[in-house]
Amino acid sequence: MVSGIETFETEVLIIGGGVTGTGVMRDLALRGIHCLLIDRRDLNAGASGGNHGLLHSGGRYAASDSETAAECRQEGDILRQVAPDCIDDCGGMFIAVEGDDPGFAERFPGYCEAAGIDCESLSPAQAREREPALSDKLFAAYAIPDATVDPFRLTLENVNHAQQLTDSLFLPHTAVESFEIANGVITGVLCRNTKTGGMRRILVRQVVNAAGAWSMDVARRAGCSDVSLLYSKGTLIISNTRITDRVINRLRPPGDGDILVPGGTVSLLGTTSDNVDDLEDIRPTVAEVERVLIEGTAMLPCLEGTRFIRAFSGVRPLLLPAQNTADGRSASRGFTLFDHRDQGLENFATVTGGKLTTFRLMAEKTGDLVARRLGNSRPCKTATEPLPSGNAVRWTEPGFAPRFWYRRNDPTDMILCECEMVPQSAIDSIIESAPGAESEMTLQAIGVRSRVGKGSCQGSFCSIRVTSHLYDRGVYDSARGLHSMRDFLSGRFKGVQPILWGEQMPQIELSEALHCSLMGLDRLDGKANDPEKEGSG
Amino acid sequence: MGQGERYYRTELAIIGSGLAGFAASVFALARGIASAQVGNTGAVAYTTGYLDLLGSCRGLWLDDPWQGLELLRESEPRHPLSRIGRTAIQAAFDQFSGALTEMGVGYTAPAERNHLALTPAGTVKPTLSVPQTMLPGIEARKAGVRTLIIDILGLQGFSAKEFVANIRSSWPQLSTAKLSFPDMESGGQVFPEVMARALEVSSHRERFAERIKAALGDARLVGMPAIMGIHHPDRVHAELQRLVGVPLFEIPTMPPAVPGIRLREMFEQGFPAKGLTLVPQQKVKRLVLEAGRATLYLQDSFGEVMIESKAAILASGRFLSGGLTAERGGVREALLDIPVTQPESRADWYRQDYFDPLGHPVNRSGVEVDSSFRPLGPDGEPVNHRLFAAGILLAHHDWVRQRCGAGVAIASAHKAVEAVADMLKEQ
Repeated sequence: MVSGIETFETEVLIIGGGVTGTGVMRDLALRGIHCLLIDRRDLNAGASGGNHGLLHSGGRYAASDSETAAECRQEGDILRQVAPDCIDDCGGMFIAVEGDDPGFAERFPGYCEAAGIDCESLSPAQAREREPALSDKLFAAYAIPDATVDPFRLTLENVNHAQQLTDSLFLPHTAVESFEIANGVITGVLCRNTKTGGMRRILVRQVVNAAGAWSMDVARRAGCSDVSLLYSKGTLIISNTRITDRVINRLRPPGDGDILVPGGTVSLLGTTSDNVDDLEDIRPTVAEVERVLIEGTAMLPCLEGTRFIRAFSGVRPLLLPAQNTADGRSASRGFTLFDHRDQGLENFATVTGGKLTTFRLMAEKTGDLVARRLGNSRPCKTATEPLPSGNAVRWTEPGFAPRFWYRRNDPTDMILCECEMVPQSAIDSIIESAPGAESEMTLQAIGVRSRVGKGSCQGSFCSIRVTSHLYDRGVYDSARGLHSMRDFLSGRFKGVQPILWGEQMPQIELSEALHCSLMGLDRLDGKANDPEKEGSG
Repeated sequence: MGQGERYYRTELAIIGSGLAGFAASVFALARGIASAQVGNTGAVAYTTGYLDLLGSCRGLWLDDPWQGLELLRESEPRHPLSRIGRTAIQAAFDQFSGALTEMGVGYTAPAERNHLALTPAGTVKPTLSVPQTMLPGIEARKAGVRTLIIDILGLQGFSAKEFVANIRSSWPQLSTAKLSFPDMESGGQVFPEVMARALEVSSHRERFAERIKAALGDARLVGMPAIMGIHHPDRVHAELQRLVGVPLFEIPTMPPAVPGIRLREMFEQGFPAKGLTLVPQQKVKRLVLEAGRATLYLQDSFGEVMIESKAAILASGRFLSGGLTAERGGVREALLDIPVTQPESRADWYRQDYFDPLGHPVNRSGVEVDSSFRPLGPDGEPVNHRLFAAGILLAHHDWVRQRCGAGVAIASAHKAVEAVADMLKEQ
C-alpha cells in the first residue's frame, strides 16, 4: 500500500455509536445534514448496550432529583408516541418490604406529585394480586408508569433512518487517534480501523463527541480538559424467563439489586454501582452477581431458585462537578452539553451524562447547537417524527423472529438459533443491509443486530450453525470464520461465567466439549493447531 | 415382590450409561461377573466417536500418548490416568475397542501413535482409536490425496466449504459439493440420524451413491458427514464405496450425532443378549449400602425397580449426566453426597478466558478414590468397601482440554472392575 489511508468527508462527524450518538445522527439527518458516525467497536458497545432497558417514569429520581425525574417523565411520553415499536409499556411498581424505611414509603407519593408523575397507592394484597412473585413481606406498594425500551432497536432505527434521509454513514471499529486543528477549528480527524489496523482520515466541518464513558478521553485528545467524568460500573443478571409483567423497583433510596425489569421473554435484575478507574475489560463478577441476587431476593423470593443465563456490566458516565468526589449514586444523572468555546475550539461539542430515557432530548440540544453552527435553521423534528421500522433492524426484538418465521411458513428458511428461533433469512438480511453491515461480518456484529446467542444456550449451538451458514454463503473463505466464532464465544463467556451454577453447568460442560473437543477452537492459534510440527512435546 | 415392582439380584451394579458405564459392563462381562447397568445415557450421544486416550499434556498436542502418560505421571500424579499402569490402560483400550468391533461398530486397534482425526470445522485432533468409517480421511490428509468433501442440503452445522477453508493449509487438494439427500430434497432441515437410518436401505444407498459419483470430478476419495448407517456402519460404508467406486470416509458432525447414537444403540441391543441386565435411560433415585449388599432403587415407566448387588460402580458422569450438581455454594455428588474436591469458592471455578489453555479449575473437581478406585468419604476412608467409582466423575483431570475423556472412562472402568473382581473373589 502506498498511502494506506482511506479518506472520508462529512458535514458532521459523530463519535460514539450508542443511543446518544445515533440519536444525534438522526436528529441532524432530519435537518438535512450529512453525518458520519464512528465507533471504536460497534453499535451499543458501551452503556447503551449494558443497561436494563428501562424507560424511566422518573419515580426513581423523584426523591433526590425532581428535575431529572420530570425530564424522564416528559421524554418517556414523547418516545411512547414516536417509537412505539421499541417500547413495552408494561407499567411499574415501587414496593417496600420488611426492613425498609416506612417513612420513605410514606413520603414517596409526595415526591412523585412534585415531579408530575402518576402514582397509585396499592394495598399489599392488590400488589401481590398484580404480581404474584412479590414477597409476602411487602408492606407498601405504588404503581407508576415505568416502561421498557429496546436500546438496540432504537440505535439501529436511528442509524437506518439517518442513512435513508441523507446517506449518512456508520463505520464500526473506527477509533479516534488524533484531531487535526487549525486556528481553533477541527478540520480532520485521524482514526484507526481497529479490525484491520489501517488508518482513516475524516474531513469534517463539525465534530460531536458522544462517546459515553469514553467522552472524557475523546475530549482530551482534542485538547479539552473541561469534561470530567466518574465511571460507575453496574452489573445486571438476566433470567431465563420473564418473572414479572411490570418493572419492580425497591421503595428505598437507590442501592444494589433494587430493580427487576422485564425484557421481552426474560427479566433483568440489577444493579450494582461501583466506581472504576479503567474502562477496558469491564466484566461482571461472581461477587457482584451475589450482591444483586441477595438484595433482589428480598423483593422476589423466587429469584433464589431462578435460572439465570447471563450477567453483563455497563459503565455509567456520570458528570463530576469540579469539587465533587462523591460516590456514583449521588452524582448527577442529568446531562451536559459542552460547546468547548472556552477551550478554544469552535466546531467541537461533547454531550455526556444523562440516561437512556433522555437520549432524544440530549440529541435535540446537541443538534440545535451543531445546526446553528452550520448555519442550518431547520428545527428539531425528533419529538414528533415517528421512527420508521426498517427491514434489517427488526431482529433485536424478542419474539419477532419466531412470529416472522411462522408467518412466512417457508420450510427452507431454517432456524439457525433455536433458543430465539432466528431463521437463516434474518441472518441474510442483516449481513446484506443492517446498519454497519460489511464483508466478513463477525458473529459478534450479527449478535448486536439480532437475538442470536441471547437464549438459554448463549450461542453454544447457534454459533456453529451460523458460522457454517456464513461459510456456505461465501462470507468467509479462510480460518477467520472460526476465529470470529471463537471471539464471539469468548465474549459471551464474560457474561456467562459469573452465573454458572445449577442448570447452566450441564450447558457449559456441553459447550466446552463442543467448542474445544469437537471444533478445536481452543487450539486455533499458530503451531498449536499443527501438532505434526510440534512433536510429542 | 410387590405389584408392578421388579427386583434383580446381581453381583455388580453399574450406575451410569456413558462411556465409563458401558466400558465397565464390557469388562465385567468378559470376567464373567453377573452385572446390571442402569442410569441415564448422558453424554454418549454427544461424542464424536473418537476414543481419545490423551491428546494434550502441558498444553502441547501429543503425537505419542504413551509417552504423554509418562509426562502426565510426573506433572499430574493425581490424574486418574497417572494412577493406572500403562499395561492396564493398553489392555483396557484393546479390550474395549475390540468389543466395539465385535459388537458391530468397527474401531481401529490402539497403536503407538495418536491419529490426527478430522473435525467438522476442518481442524484436527489427536486421538487413539477411531471408527473404521473415519480412518480413510485421516490417512488421506497425511498423504495429501485429492479428495471431494460433500455436505448435504438442509444439514445444519456442517459446511464442506468451512471444512476446506480451515484444513486447506495442510491438505490443499480438496474440492467441495453440496448434495441433496434422496427423498429429502425440499431444502428444509435434514437430520444425520434420519439419513443414517435411510442409508441402511439399499435403494437409498444406490440413489445417494449416484449423486456422489456425479459430483466426483477428479477426486480419488470422498469425505462426508457421519451418516453411514446406525447399526451396521461398516457394511453401509463398504456398500457405498463399492457403488461409488472410490474410498469414502466420515467426518463427525455436531450433536446429536450418529457416532454416539451408534454406540448407544449397539450397547442397548447387544448387552442383554450377552446376559447383562440393562435398565437404561432411568436415573437411580437411591443407593443404599448395607452390610453384605448394595441396593439401587429406580423408577421406570413400568414402576419401581430394585437391584441388589454385592458391589456397585458409580460411573454417573459430571454435570451433563447428573453425576455432579453445582449449587451457588459448591459442587456436590448427586447420589450419595460423596465429598467433592473443588476450588475454594464459586469465584474460583472458572478462569476469565473461556479458551484459556489451562482449562477451568471446576473441571478438575470430582470424587477422590483410593488405590482400588473406591470413592473416599469425609474422613478420607472409602465410603464403603462395596462402592467403586469410574469415569469423568473422578477428580484431577480436565477431559475436554486434555482430550482424555475416553481414556479416563475406559481405564478407570477397567481398574474398578478389576477391584470389584478382587473383592468378589475374597468373599
